[in-house]
Amino acid sequence: MFRWDIVGQYLFSGLFISAAWTTLWIAVISQTCGVIIGLFLALMRTSRYPWLSLPARFYIWLFRGSPLLVQLLLLYFGFPEVFPGLVPYITIYSAALIAFSFNEGAYMAEIVRAGITSVDPGQMEAAKSLGMRYPLAMRRVILPQAARVIVPPLGNEFNNMLKTTSLASVIGLFELTYTAQVYGSQSFSYFELLVVATFYYLILTTVWGYIQSYIERRMDPNRLTATELKAQKSWTQRMMGFGVRT
Amino acid sequence: MCGQQINGIEMVRADKIVKHFGSLTVLDGIDLTVKRGQVVVIIGPSGSGKTTLLRCINHLEKIDSGRIYIEGEMIGYREVNGKLVEDREATIARIRSQVGFVFQRFNLFPHMTALENVIEAPIHVLHQPKAEVKERAVALLEKVGLADKADAYPHKLSGGQQQRVAIARALAMNPKLMLFDEATSALDPELVGEVLKVMDQLAKEGMTMIVVTHEMGFAREVADEVIFMDHAVIVEEGTPEQIFDNPQHERTRAFLSMIL
Repeated sequence: MFRWDIVGQYLFSGLFISAAWTTLWIAVISQTCGVIIGLFLALMRTSRYPWLSLPARFYIWLFRGSPLLVQLLLLYFGFPEVFPGLVPYITIYSAALIAFSFNEGAYMAEIVRAGITSVDPGQMEAAKSLGMRYPLAMRRVILPQAARVIVPPLGNEFNNMLKTTSLASVIGLFELTYTAQVYGSQSFSYFELLVVATFYYLILTTVWGYIQSYIERRMDPNRLTATELKAQKSWTQRMMGFGVRT
Repeated sequence: MCGQQINGIEMVRADKIVKHFGSLTVLDGIDLTVKRGQVVVIIGPSGSGKTTLLRCINHLEKIDSGRIYIEGEMIGYREVNGKLVEDREATIARIRSQVGFVFQRFNLFPHMTALENVIEAPIHVLHQPKAEVKERAVALLEKVGLADKADAYPHKLSGGQQQRVAIARALAMNPKLMLFDEATSALDPELVGEVLKVMDQLAKEGMTMIVVTHEMGFAREVADEVIFMDHAVIVEEGTPEQIFDNPQHERTRAFLSMIL
């Protein structure tokens, strides 16, 4: 028998708002660090020096080839046993952030690399022929163009990250899932509280979906200007993203 | 013709250039000398090595043996204990900044306007002050006939317009030498003329130019020297009259009969 009143009771409680906030900031920091790690890895991976590309490839293989859950458990439970000196530094927060960031870095590396290689090789040639050196050409010419290919998958990665944070429940971090589990079992309303958690996940991912659409539309060079758009589409059509010129 | 400003200084000298792509030899002992103010046009069938030769001159392609000098300075390599070693990127970049290169596919930076394309390198490579560069850039865009397109993005420009912006972008670096790699080959026929006009004007102003092209009319009118390449070697070279009206070699004659 499903108790809606319990759902209502917890839905806008400080407890769950705080847990949702935890989910959000862990996702944001992990994704951000993941992008930075991924960027460095991608540049290392595409380097012509093996002493850069091989470690990068090893890292990517390692972190994409094993489950994130196992990486998290290894870090939180395994490392302190083997390296007692690290114990003060490994908290549920640091373990979650590090595990999520390092793992995400491996996936972002491939996304960034795909973005970089998607840029016409003629661009780098033009940059070099003007006397630009590699770092300058990357910064001013290649990466800005790579961004256009990187942003959509990056948006999807963040969507995933919001939900992946639920893994932190296995090390006792009070994000949405663990909060629902602990308080749910305490009050025998396991099911109802997981519904509440689901509600918050949906809010987070849906809002992000709208932000993602907005960003992608803004990055489209063929998009219609505001005036052109108003002349052609209704408000609903514009909101649903029909403003992209094909 | 534009011989009036040739004053004997060797702008480009290529000695016995050899280049392989795997088992294929694309340059088989090329010797080339271009003096300041000269306009040299290289013609030949595709696969002859003419584009590769051009790209070797500004070290966009490495060479397997031989040396290339830009105004007396060897590009791409330096001698270490009598052997040739690839030079540092900084040196190569510096030499490249003085050699303008115009690509067949324009290669404008699509995320920048025409003006931003032109000012990018002078500001970030030569570290010249922005206001000054902007002024010069506007003048250059005017010179190629695109003053009103300064704030347009490349994808809004026609091929001929994009190529003219590309020429302005190369000129913004005040190069001592301009290399044109089939600059009009990717253009619709009606747009070819506007680009050739700009190139002709540059030649009249005394720019040293090496032009790889299929535009025989341009070669005849503007070149000081025409070089015919085929199968990785220079078959024949001479004045436009010599090459077009009186070709000596069979292969030259065969090629010209197909084109003209």
